[in-house]
This record gives sequence, C-alpha cells and structure tokens, in this order.
Amino acid sequence: MLPIREGFILSGILFTLGLIGVLVRRNLVFALMSIEVMLNAAGLAFVVAGTRWRQPDGQVVFLFILAMAAAEVSVGLALVLELYHQYKSLDTDAISRMRG
Amino acid sequence: MLQLLWLVPAVPFAGALMLAIFGPRMRSKVVAVVGVGTIAVSAVISLLIAGAFLSAPPAAGADTQVLWTWIDVGSFHSAIAFYLDALSLVMVVVVTFVSFLIHLYSTEFMRGDEGYSRFFAYMNLFVASMVTLLLADNLLLLYLGWEGVGLCSYLLIGFWYQDPANGRAGRKAFIVTRVGDTAMAVGLFLLFHRLGTLRIQDLMHAAQSQWPIGSPYAIAAAALLLGGAVGKSAQLPLQTWLPDAMAGPTPTSALIHAATMVTAGVYLIARTHVLFELAPPVQLAVAVVGTATLLMAGFSALTQNDIKRVLAYSTISQIGYMFLALGVGAWGAAIFHFMTHAFFKALLFLAAGIVIEALHHEHNIFRMGGLRKELPVAFWIFLIGGCALAGLPLITAGFYSKDLILWSTANSAAGGMGLWAAGIAGVVLTSLYTFRLIFLVFFGPAATPVTRRPGRAMVIPACVLAFLSIAGGFDRAPFTAFMSTALPGFRDARGGVAEAASSTAAGFAFLAGLLAAWYAYLRNPALGRAAGRNPAGRLLHQFWFSDWGMDWLYDRLFVRPVVWMAAANKADIIDSIYDGLARMAALCHRFLSLTETGKLRWYAAWIAGGSAVVVAIVMFL
Amino acid sequence: MTIVFYASSAVAIVATVLMLTRLHAVHALLYLIVSLLAIAVIFYDLGAPFVAALEVIIYAGAIMVLFVFVVMLLNLGEQASRAERALLTPSMWIGPSVLAVILLAEFIWILMRGSARPMQAASIGPVEVGVTLFGSYLIGVELASMLLLGGLVGAYHLGWRKVPKTEVTHASHS
Repeated sequence: MLPIREGFILSGILFTLGLIGVLVRRNLVFALMSIEVMLNAAGLAFVVAGTRWRQPDGQVVFLFILAMAAAEVSVGLALVLELYHQYKSLDTDAISRMRG
Repeated sequence: MLQLLWLVPAVPFAGALMLAIFGPRMRSKVVAVVGVGTIAVSAVISLLIAGAFLSAPPAAGADTQVLWTWIDVGSFHSAIAFYLDALSLVMVVVVTFVSFLIHLYSTEFMRGDEGYSRFFAYMNLFVASMVTLLLADNLLLLYLGWEGVGLCSYLLIGFWYQDPANGRAGRKAFIVTRVGDTAMAVGLFLLFHRLGTLRIQDLMHAAQSQWPIGSPYAIAAAALLLGGAVGKSAQLPLQTWLPDAMAGPTPTSALIHAATMVTAGVYLIARTHVLFELAPPVQLAVAVVGTATLLMAGFSALTQNDIKRVLAYSTISQIGYMFLALGVGAWGAAIFHFMTHAFFKALLFLAAGIVIEALHHEHNIFRMGGLRKELPVAFWIFLIGGCALAGLPLITAGFYSKDLILWSTANSAAGGMGLWAAGIAGVVLTSLYTFRLIFLVFFGPAATPVTRRPGRAMVIPACVLAFLSIAGGFDRAPFTAFMSTALPGFRDARGGVAEAASSTAAGFAFLAGLLAAWYAYLRNPALGRAAGRNPAGRLLHQFWFSDWGMDWLYDRLFVRPVVWMAAANKADIIDSIYDGLARMAALCHRFLSLTETGKLRWYAAWIAGGSAVVVAIVMFL
Repeated sequence: MTIVFYASSAVAIVATVLMLTRLHAVHALLYLIVSLLAIAVIFYDLGAPFVAALEVIIYAGAIMVLFVFVVMLLNLGEQASRAERALLTPSMWIGPSVLAVILLAEFIWILMRGSARPMQAASIGPVEVGVTLFGSYLIGVELASMLLLGGLVGAYHLGWRKVPKTEVTHASHS
C-alpha cells in the first residue's frame, strides 16, 4: 500500500511552510532557502505522481527541477553577494529602490 | 471614338493632381501649358466624340461606358460609369470649350499672382468634377461631381485668402449650397429606398412604372431634388451666396458662377425630368421659383454699383428663365438657353475682367466712364454680350433662346399668359440694367484713367465668345431636334399664341428697356439724382440693393442663433465626457502605483493571495 | 513501509519548521539539509531509488553546500543575529500563516475528493529513468543544459570583481 495521498499532503504542507518562510523572513538568504523548500516540495509531488502511475516520468521531471534549482541558486547567490557588497544589508524591505 | 469618353474628365483631373503636387516648383509658363493644355485636350476629345455621335448615333440615342464598380454592398450597386446622350453631350462640349477659352484668358489675367499654379490646379479640378457630374450614369456619381464643384467653388472664391472677407464669402457660398445639398441627399435616400437603384435610366423607368402621376413619393423626391438644384443654381430662396461669390478672381466668376456650375441645377432637373413630370405641383413650383427669381434679381441688378455684382444678379435672373422653361415642360429650350447664356455671360465677365484690369482693379461703375474710346475692343465685345443678354432681335443668340422660352411659356398648360407677362417684364428689366451698365461704363465722362491694355490672350477668347454669342442662335431648329432624342418635346397645350407675336412683344420690351436706360443715364442724368433724393426712392433703392433684405433675414433667422449656441457651448459639454475618461484613467494610475512598493515580501504575498483566489475559483466554479 | 514514511515525513516537517525560526543562517541551513535527507528516505520508500540518490548528492550535497559557502563569505556576525531577532516578532507570522493555510486547505480539499486506490510498490530504477529521459524528454535535457550554461555565465559575470588598475605596465617592462 503506497501512501500516495499522504505523499501529496506532505508535499502540500512543505510547500506551505516554504511559502510562509518567503513571506515572513526579511533576510534575503532565508528567503532563498525557503524557495528551495518550495521547489523540493513540488519535486516530491512529481515523484509521488510518477510512482502512482508506475512511470519514470515523474522522476525525469524531478531531475529537471533539480537542474533548474541549481542554476537559480548559483545566480541568486551571486546576486546576494553583489547586493551585500552594494548596500551592506540583506533586508529585503530596505532594498526597495524599484518603488513607484 | 466613344471609348475615349473617360479621358474627358480624367485628363483635367490628372492636370489638377500634377499642378497640386509639382505646381510650386514649376515655372509659370509650364503651369500655363499644363493648366490650359489639359482642358484643350478635353475639349478636343469632346468635340471628336460629338462628331462621332452625330454622324453615327448609337442605338436608343445613348451610350454608356462603365469603368469599374464603385460600391457593391448588399442590394446597393454603384459604378463609375459615364452616360452619353444628347443632353450630356451638348453640356460637356459647351463646358469644356468655354472652360478652354476661360483658361486661356486667365493665363494672362492671373499672371504675376503668387498662387498661379494653385489657381490652375483648382480650375482643372473644377472642370474634372463638372464633367463627372454631367456624364454621371448614376445619382451617386453625380452627387460626387456636385460636391466636387462645390468644393472648387469654395476654394476659388476664397482664392486670395489673405483677405478674411474672401474667406467669409467662400464659407457663405459653401454653407448656403450645403442646405440644398442636404435636401438633395435626402432625396437620393428616398429614391433608393423606394425604387432600389440610383442608376438614372433605371430610376426613371422604375418611377414611371411604379408611381402614378401625383404620387406623394414622386412629389417628395422631386421637391428634394429641386431643393438641391435651387441651392446650386442660386435661385430663390438660396440665391444669397452668388453676389458675394464675386470676391473670387474674374475668370472664376466667368466659369463657375456664370457658365457652368450654376447650371448644374438645371442639368439635374433636366436629367430627372421623369420625376418632375410625375409631380405636377413640383414642376409648377419650378416655374414659379424661376419667375420669382428672374424678377427679383432683375430689380436687384438695377441698383448695384459693382460691375461684377450686376453680372451676378443677371446670372441669377437668366437661370430663372431656364427654371421657368423647365417648369413649363420646354426642356430643350432650357438647354438651348443654357448654351447661349454660357457664351454671352462668360463673354461679359471676360470683358468686365478686361475693364477691371485696365482700370487697375476698379470695380465701381460710377467711377468708370468714357471707355468707349480708350478700350474699343472691350467696348464692342461688351456691347455684343450685352445685346445678347438683353435679347437684341434677330441677330443675337440670346434673343432666339429667350424667345423660345417665352413662346413655350405662353403656350403651356401650367404657365399661360401670367408667367409670360412676367417673362416679358423680365426682358424689360434685363435690357434696362444691361444698358445702364454699358452707358455708365463706356459712355459719359472718364473718371479713372486706363493703366493697362489687355493682351492677346485675354482678347482672343473674348472675341471667340462674341462670335458664338451672335452665331450660336441660328442653329435653334437642329438643336431642339437633337435634344428631343434625349428629352421629351414640348407639349403645346393651348396653341393660342404664335411665335411671331411673342417675339415681337419681346423685341418691344428690349427697346423699352434700352430707351429707358438711355434716357435715365445719358440724356437726363438729373432724373437719377432726383430719384435718389426722394425718400421713397431711396428706400426702394436700399431694399433692392440688399437683395430684397434676404441677407438681413437669414442673418436674424439662422446665423445669430447658431453663433449664440456655439458661444454657449464654449466649455464643450461633449468633450468633457472624454476629458472625464482621461481624468479617471489618471486617477486609477495613481491608486495602482501605490501597490508598487519595491518590497519583495509584498509582491510574494500578492502572488500567494492571487493563487489562492484562482484555485478557489477553479475548484468551485 | 508506512511507518518509515510517517516517521520521515515527521522529521521533514519538524526540520523545516525549525529551519524557518532560526536566527543564524548556518543553523537554518543545517536543519534544511536534514529535511532534504528525510525527503530522500521517502523517495526510496516510494520506489524511486535514483531520485533518492540524486536528492542526497545534488540537492543536499551541492546546492546546500553552495549556500553554506556563500553564507560564510557574507560573514554575518553576532549583530546580524540580534537584528534578526528584532525582526522576527510573533505578529509577523500571522498574516503569512493565514494566507498559506488557506492554500493548504484548498489543496487538501482537492486531494480528498479523489478516490484512494490501493497500489502495490514497484521500484523504478535508473535504467528506466534514463531511457525515458534520453528518449521522449531529450529536448528537455538540451534545454536544461542551456539553462545551466546560462546560470554559469551569469554567476561568473556577477561574481567578477574588477581589479583596481595598478602599475601593470611597469611590471611587464622591468
């Protein structure tokens, strides 16, 4: 008996937690970490679905998500470094020059 | 030969385009060659077509050349097609030939004017529109030409636009004729709605078969078309624009406001004669309008002191004769008078132009005088034109055409002796004001010295027209026979009055006017001065001088209320609706910009909230 | 089998919650790594050993390590932790929690509507995944490689620090 529905529910809970992290934490690094949690949760959902249908497609998509997360993290963290170099702070509320 | 018909309007149109685009960069000689050349080509082609038509008349007396389909929507079809029969042939030949002579004249008259190429562009465009109007196969194309000539008239009246008075005169002409044009448009709508076509020949057959004589639709349609004709031909009550239109250059006055455009109304009524025959009350109205106008304008012409204004009122009066002829069913006579009138009225305007130029733009006849010796050529041609206008018996064309109209009126069912008497009174008036003009300008002591003599380009066209003013009347019999292939012949209802009797009466009327003018202006000028001092005489003079008070009436009745309304709406109520829309957009912008805080968490929160709403919608709907 | 699943999911959830509430970045990262490892166990339990390994090697092993390096580079000291504590007031959690819980509730509601059919475990190994990946999803592979190239170039360009102009010509002459 595979826990398909429970797997989806777990994925939903993790996604929600990641969302809360993005909305609450003002430190940019924490925000990026929370985004990673959300991505991971989405990948979990795909794998569970692939298992339910007995096809490897779910795992293939998870691989793509992984690749995308890697690319995103590398660029994102480079930006974080640059931002810290410019503003000496990682508070996303303070860095709001794109206002208006 | 008849395949070349489309060139007759197309060549002047091409000329107008070329002059409009390249004119300012051309030298004036080139402009003159192009401007006159296109009309010359047009005139030659129309003469050749006339020759072919007369020697080998097409079947049913008419030929149609279809160029292409213009509008094809639902049940409405309209084509660019030209219809050639006796009526349109005669009018096209006269229009192109007289236009050619006037264009030749204006190469010298307009020399040195900074708008030289603009003038010829407008004149060419005018000729193209007029020919389109005359050759149109359907009423929509005719209306196109109608509007085109109205446009050119406006442009040419206000030609010297630096003077605001000229612009006002142009606007007045355009707006007054617009009233008529609107009536005509409504007439077209009515005709299409009831009969399903605007092609003239089909329309006439349909009307004849579907509407009985006296049918209300026929009456309405004919009345509306009469409204349009009245506007364009400056008849009562829309004649107030023509005297002011004399603000334009003299060749314009000669061409547009004497010989051609103002006769468009006559052409329209002749073309749609079936409708008028189906509506006897309206045809009677045509005759009455014509008669009233010819008398009114005659009285007004007696009091004018501007040489061109006298000729303008004279034009209004003569077209009244043409309307009278149409009203009593003498269709061929009306067209014959059109032809002779084109010749002698254009001649008179060209001669007036020579006089004006010679006296360095002096228009007031009371400041002219004694030009008989200084400008002999001008004197003789003016005299010939004036005699033709007044109807000197037996040798002038005007006599033959006017006589035919008067004789037809006397013998018609609708007219009878009442209208005939009015026509004879009109002859007296015509003769009186014409010879008043001649005596004041060419006889008596000289008041203004002559500074310029006319050149060949101005004299030769005038001489040609003078010849035609004499010779044009001798072909009356073949002319009316030719006309009867296109228009119905005159129905002699009473047969009581012989032509000789009517002609004699007309001849005596001519003499009466001549003698009265000679007495009042040459023999005993003190009489005129005494009449001027008499208060009743002064009142009458003022009344006739101001065109029977019609300008004053229209100003009080129409112009002032409209101006008041425009001033009341100065804040522009309609526009403020659109302003309000713009203001509301700016308001929304201001509110929405508040959401752009630049904060990452704020945006993320909105995404989360939005997706919650979307998922809910998908789930529950 | 299910006990493994429930235990691992409990670990994952608790570790994520703890990660969210830490003040020091490195502590949070370590908790995140624990969470990811728990997910890997779940993958293995579901019969997807290949992605379980990938999760450990790449996600926890490479991406998180990259995070750790960057946080080390930032060198956020004691004052950063104090600033974080000041920012994380309890009232901050209310709004986002409500929003997120609404989404979760919708998600669970959709899940509950479907039928739960019992399924037998079946392991889908690397071979099958590889065949599908390089078979029908080949274009995805190409696109992913382009994406990674883009990420590489972007990270390189952003990380490039311009060297201040010293007397370089001097050194080459002498």
